[in-house]
Amino acid sequence: MRLRDNYRQAVKKFQPKPSYVANSLKAFFIGGGLSVVAEVLRAQFRVNLPSLAAEQAVLLLFIGAAVVLTAIGVYDEFSQFAGAGSTMLITWFANSLTSAALEHRSEGVVSGIAGHMFKVGGAALVYGIVAAYLFGLVYFMR
Amino acid sequence: MKLVGRQTWVFDDVYIQATGTAVGPFEADGPLGNCFDVVHHDLYCGEKTWERAERRLMQDAIAACLQHGNVTINEVDVLLAGDLLNQNVTANYTARELPVPFLCMFGACSTSMETLAVGAALVDGGFAKRAVAATSSHNATAERQFRYPTELGVQKPKSATFTVTGAGAALIGKGKGRFRVTAATIGRVIDAGLTNPLDMGSAMAPAAAHTIEQHFYDLRRSPSDYDLIVTGDLSRVGSVIVKELLMEAGHDVTSNYNDCGLLIYRPEKAAFAGGSGCACCAVVTYGHLLKEMATGAIERMLVVATGALLSPTMIQQNESIPAIAHGVVIEAVRGE
Repeated sequence: MRLRDNYRQAVKKFQPKPSYVANSLKAFFIGGGLSVVAEVLRAQFRVNLPSLAAEQAVLLLFIGAAVVLTAIGVYDEFSQFAGAGSTMLITWFANSLTSAALEHRSEGVVSGIAGHMFKVGGAALVYGIVAAYLFGLVYFMR
Repeated sequence: MKLVGRQTWVFDDVYIQATGTAVGPFEADGPLGNCFDVVHHDLYCGEKTWERAERRLMQDAIAACLQHGNVTINEVDVLLAGDLLNQNVTANYTARELPVPFLCMFGACSTSMETLAVGAALVDGGFAKRAVAATSSHNATAERQFRYPTELGVQKPKSATFTVTGAGAALIGKGKGRFRVTAATIGRVIDAGLTNPLDMGSAMAPAAAHTIEQHFYDLRRSPSDYDLIVTGDLSRVGSVIVKELLMEAGHDVTSNYNDCGLLIYRPEKAAFAGGSGCACCAVVTYGHLLKEMATGAIERMLVVATGALLSPTMIQQNESIPAIAHGVVIEAVRGE
């Protein structure tokens, strides 16, 4: 097939394909590995803390780590490597808020940091709340 | 008549008299690192914001250009400049500091050759004795304008390009110069119907091929008339496609084709498919290719700057990516 006959189709053979297998494996092992770490930490915290507090302590640790890694410019490189292994975790939500805040601090603390902080993460928040509401409804109606 | 054929302007007596380039740290680390006039080892270029950093680069490039040309800004009759940011703020705010009539231009990454072509036309037509054409881009300002916050964790595909941090300026005038601007082919907006903003090489290749074909047709030339045909920022993906497109049209450019986006970074560097941005074509052409021309390695070259005329809003509204390419012929002047 000549490129100029049907460019949109023919051009596909010139475009690099994402490595689906490698990406899936990386996402599975890195995302899964981080979840195992979280679980081990939770079990440790459970020794001295009630169940809910132990979970929250783990979340705080992960969010804190993501914020620090974003601030020192490491998280984006980690995501480039880990793909969905980094974006499916709560750490990515922390990264999305921190990166937007960092990016827009030059426009001031109100219209810059506060105004743009949820630019990327806002979508996760909106649909997270909508989904929670719908599932909550189902839960109470069953 | 200086219009030849449908889209090509032929100039009588116009020269690039001097150039100036400024780049950021990644470009300085690249294979062309020692070709540039001003090098900033910090992405902020000593400024407080990314936007100011880009402005610093454009100011540095213009200052270096004027210094090399041994003229002051008061001897320049018109400044043509453009960049990638909304309302062309880099160009407009740089011009705010300069006492010179100013035309702001936008052609996305094709702006470097757009300003050079229009500047050459103004000089050739007698509307200016000297013109300066300048363009800039900055990785961080472009990322936040067109993509995401710089530190956001997203996995970019291999087809993505890396916006060049830098600026290039050229002083255009009549007489006395080693590099003659002999012709320019003004491109049309070509939309091949592609929608992926992380693969601009595929989106821009048809525009580049169209301009190059039209150039050959208008001037009755062929690829062998050029030592080098170079595109602005088609990168690893688009440069292969444009060669194939031209081959289908009967123009074999495999032996004398290159792309500025492939020249500026080392292949092993994590710059994905190569460099892009207004500055890519400008700093490689003004900083590196003209030096090659001065050494005698190139006699005549066609520089085709390619621009993807997209905006994030249009992409979100499911519009495809229009593209444009402008070509300028630069020839070495020997002897005297």
